[in-house]
Amino acid sequence: MASEDVKILGAWPSPFVMRPRIALNIKSVNYEFLQEQFGSKSDLLLKSNPVYKKIPVLIHGEKPICESLIIVQYIDEVWDSGHSILPSDPYDRAVAKFWATYIDDKWFPGLRTISRAEGEEAKKAAAEEVTAGLVLLEDAFIKCSKGRSFFGGEKIGYLDIALGCFLGWLRVTEKMGNLKLLDENKTPNLFKWAEKFSSDAAVKEVMPETGKLMDFAKVLLAKSKAS
Amino acid sequence: MAEELKLFRTWSSPYSLRVVHALKIKGLEYETIFEDLSSKSASLLQYNPVNKKVPVLVHNGKAICESLVILEYIDETWKQCPLLPRDPYEKAKARFWAKFGDEKLSSSIWNVLISQGKEQEEAIAAAVQNLKLIEEQLQEKKFFGGEKIGYLDIAFGWTANLISILEEIIDLKLVDEEKLPLLSA
Repeated sequence: MASEDVKILGAWPSPFVMRPRIALNIKSVNYEFLQEQFGSKSDLLLKSNPVYKKIPVLIHGEKPICESLIIVQYIDEVWDSGHSILPSDPYDRAVAKFWATYIDDKWFPGLRTISRAEGEEAKKAAAEEVTAGLVLLEDAFIKCSKGRSFFGGEKIGYLDIALGCFLGWLRVTEKMGNLKLLDENKTPNLFKWAEKFSSDAAVKEVMPETGKLMDFAKVLLAKSKAS
Repeated sequence: MAEELKLFRTWSSPYSLRVVHALKIKGLEYETIFEDLSSKSASLLQYNPVNKKVPVLVHNGKAICESLVILEYIDETWKQCPLLPRDPYEKAKARFWAKFGDEKLSSSIWNVLISQGKEQEEAIAAAVQNLKLIEEQLQEKKFFGGEKIGYLDIAFGWTANLISILEEIIDLKLVDEEKLPLLSA
């Protein structure tokens, strides 16, 4: 396919922005990465996503596509280079989409709660919920991977992307809160998966380095306390 | 072909109705199991241990949960009367608006119901704004799906019924024929 005009509006720390970037990497599609300035929204963003005004937005030619998981599905449907991101079997697809919805609606908000928790008790309770969620996902991993390296099997798939994008923030939350969330003993498969995912060719260059992300998190925290 | 197709639902759940409509459009026969949410059956808990909610579709022993996920599963498994558009961009738009309907639109309408006075006025303005956005998606078409009912019509189906019920309860007009002519049709 001739190289078309593909842009991603986003920001390097955002896990949601990582998702379409990983997908485009899997498909070997070149794109322009337009980074939003923290604290302000560009005209292009407001024009492309007037409803939510959020990143990521994929702009393909003139067409804007919003919502990270919807973008990943779009990418999988438009480009057949690389490998398929979603499974081919309808039931496997439904399972992947179910867990991705769970991650966004239930699990990730739990992760955010940890950093906002006031006091040790609250922090501990929030951390336990996150770990409980990971135990569910460990079970899902065993069923989906069928003994192979990723949720998607031999190669990274939709659910790997949906969960893996949060690994950077997970590590930061662990370090800053002095917590163990992804526990080698409680979720041994996910623990191994996390390493493999982070070092995958499609992921490596877009996964923010933990130190850099932690500095960013500290700035964010300071700003939110000041306001 | 003897296929096992079961739907766990409640009579009122709008999310369950989505699946009912989809199965009807596809012309599929299935068994309905009505759940009492105050006392959930062992089967429901077995099929949807994570969320413990309806609807759940069970196809040949395999459980699918989350109404919009079920809609896509139905569309991919039974190819007659396609629900989702074929074009990836149109598909992405349909998915986007369905999500919007579930997230922003439904909570804004709920806010109208539960608030009063000035808060309610603001809630109404927000809800109408959201409804206007949906109206724009209709343009001049009969249905969101064009000539035939599609994924987005099914996803929004709850608005048609529920909004008129809420309007009666709170004695207010949300879907004003003047402001939202296409939607009220």
